Amino acid sequence: MKRVLVALVGVAAYAGGAWAQPSDTCISTEVHAHTGLPRVAAAIDQAHQLAISVSGTASSVLPGPNGTGKAYPARLEAALSGRLKGVSVKVINAAKQKQTAAEMAAEFDKLLAEEKPVLVVWQTGTVDAIRGIDPDDFRSTLNAGIDKLQAGGADVILMNMQYSPRTDSMIAADVYSENMQGVALEREIPLFDRFAIMKEWNDEGTFDLYAATKNPETAEHVHDCLGQLLADFVIEAVDLARQPKDAR
Amino acid sequence: MGNCALDQNTGSQSLSAGVRPRPSGSRRDLRLDLFRGLALWLIFLDHIPSNVVSWITLRNYGFSDATEIFVFISGYTAAFVYGGAMRERGFIVAGARILRRAWQVYGAHIFLFVVYLAEIAYVTGSFDNPLYAEEMNILDFLKQPDTTLVQALLLKFKPANMDVLPLYIVLLVGFPPVLWLMLRRPTMALAASVTLYALCWRFDWNMPAYPNGQWLFNPFAWQLLFVFGAWCAVSGNRHIGDVVRSRTTIVVAVVYLVFAFLITMTWYLPRLAHFVPRWLAEFMYPIDKTNLDMLRFAHFLALVVIVVQFVPTNWPPLKWPMMRPIILCGQHSLEIFCLGVFLAFAGHFIFIEISDRVAMQVVVSVLGIGIMISVAWLITWYKEMESRGAGSGPPKRPDADLAGGHV
Repeated sequence: MKRVLVALVGVAAYAGGAWAQPSDTCISTEVHAHTGLPRVAAAIDQAHQLAISVSGTASSVLPGPNGTGKAYPARLEAALSGRLKGVSVKVINAAKQKQTAAEMAAEFDKLLAEEKPVLVVWQTGTVDAIRGIDPDDFRSTLNAGIDKLQAGGADVILMNMQYSPRTDSMIAADVYSENMQGVALEREIPLFDRFAIMKEWNDEGTFDLYAATKNPETAEHVHDCLGQLLADFVIEAVDLARQPKDAR
Repeated sequence: MGNCALDQNTGSQSLSAGVRPRPSGSRRDLRLDLFRGLALWLIFLDHIPSNVVSWITLRNYGFSDATEIFVFISGYTAAFVYGGAMRERGFIVAGARILRRAWQVYGAHIFLFVVYLAEIAYVTGSFDNPLYAEEMNILDFLKQPDTTLVQALLLKFKPANMDVLPLYIVLLVGFPPVLWLMLRRPTMALAASVTLYALCWRFDWNMPAYPNGQWLFNPFAWQLLFVFGAWCAVSGNRHIGDVVRSRTTIVVAVVYLVFAFLITMTWYLPRLAHFVPRWLAEFMYPIDKTNLDMLRFAHFLALVVIVVQFVPTNWPPLKWPMMRPIILCGQHSLEIFCLGVFLAFAGHFIFIEISDRVAMQVVVSVLGIGIMISVAWLITWYKEMESRGAGSGPPKRPDADLAGGHV
């Protein structure tokens, strides 16, 4: 077996080839909004202000003193402010580490009361997968959370897991991401497919997500791109909401 | 390495000579070996994370996947092999053999768990990317090794991709009384199985998992497929042979397979999802793998109908040399399954340490299947040699790896 492994590694090394260098552009073919964000559209058009809250876990922040400023919620605020002239955009990052979907949903009343967001980006799935939360419970939590946010006057974007190639085989995330996709379809909620976007980046060589590095630069670059693409996604969904229904 | 079944065959066996396709008149159904071998390859490909080659696997084109094939054929072969033993030697002897087999599978599962622990400790220990602080929480369970290890031994803590063998263990442990009934009143045994399936849906029965939730493959639901396989082995042809081969059934099966294919496409191309009417989506989703959703079971049945129609027992390709490797793998399913899980880990290791480019994914996939074939061939060679050497030995004892019978 050892010899086989050595041979395996040898052939693999030959077939491997070099890493592609990261590019400077944040491009993905995986960003499609299929349903609109009517409350966001109204807030932009009428109130000229846009309050967004991000409810999520450790993958919505970056470690370090300037981590919050470099994580995707702050990058989203910057990107949206640049693209929505005359609209005051504020993104509140309410992410806390190790929260399950249910733990986040328990905070929604407070979030709605304090921040009065018009849009909540709900990033979830990984913690539930690691803890092995019952997928049925996860799904009903998503539905109940969406009910609560919508009743509180907010549009919702669901955001699924990161693509993490090193731990991909160790976290059984499939069933949770399928449930998120299912709920998004059923409830006509836009789903920001972070997993597919990051997987595309890794496959295309945009970012080397396998790398074992303590260097924060790649992580910051990834978050910057996620923030920009999320801004594209929001604007696409707002445009969809502005179209008359029968034109879609 | 590779042979993770403990003490697979101490004795020699009468069926082992049947590893080579026999001339007509053989009772051995090579189709079972072929499709189980295929299922093992597909499970291997699906277990390699983010592997481009896994696009060819069944789960991307319909509701059911290789797990259904594996469980069904396991039930079929278990009934075939242990049913013979139960008729000849009685309930106690056959029951003891089934439990011995369950014990082997348990040993195999614990072996794979240790491999998993080594991998997870390596991967997370060597990895400190700030992007993935969240994912590193999977290490949390190692903070209480006592609890985790005991929960693993109790089959409650099951890491990702390690759910099939515990299911198989539970199915085998419960099998002796089912087989006893099956040999006397096959239809009653099947009816009991359907009832249990319905009850577990009605009352949400499942086995508890650690730290939360329940088993990913609910044994109370998946037993339906296992018992159905056993029923087909014991009396299926007599009861439903004509129905399965009827024109209407085939048309229905084809229509359903096409429908499932189209629905599956909407998962990968979200733009198409809006063509699925809302009432249909509400009826279908979620398609519950844990509890063997009826849509999945029906999809598997449709596949069986097509296979039975177009792949007869004497299908010429079954004897082609190029089909031998896959049949060999199917004939040593436990060893090859374990090897496949191990190789998937090894492949992941290569992706991490060397490259995960598409070329490498193809190389790892092909090499892995090559290793599976080589080991299957080695096991076959060893068993043949052993059986030749033990000419006047004790009575031969087949194990459930060896498929046979006729559909």
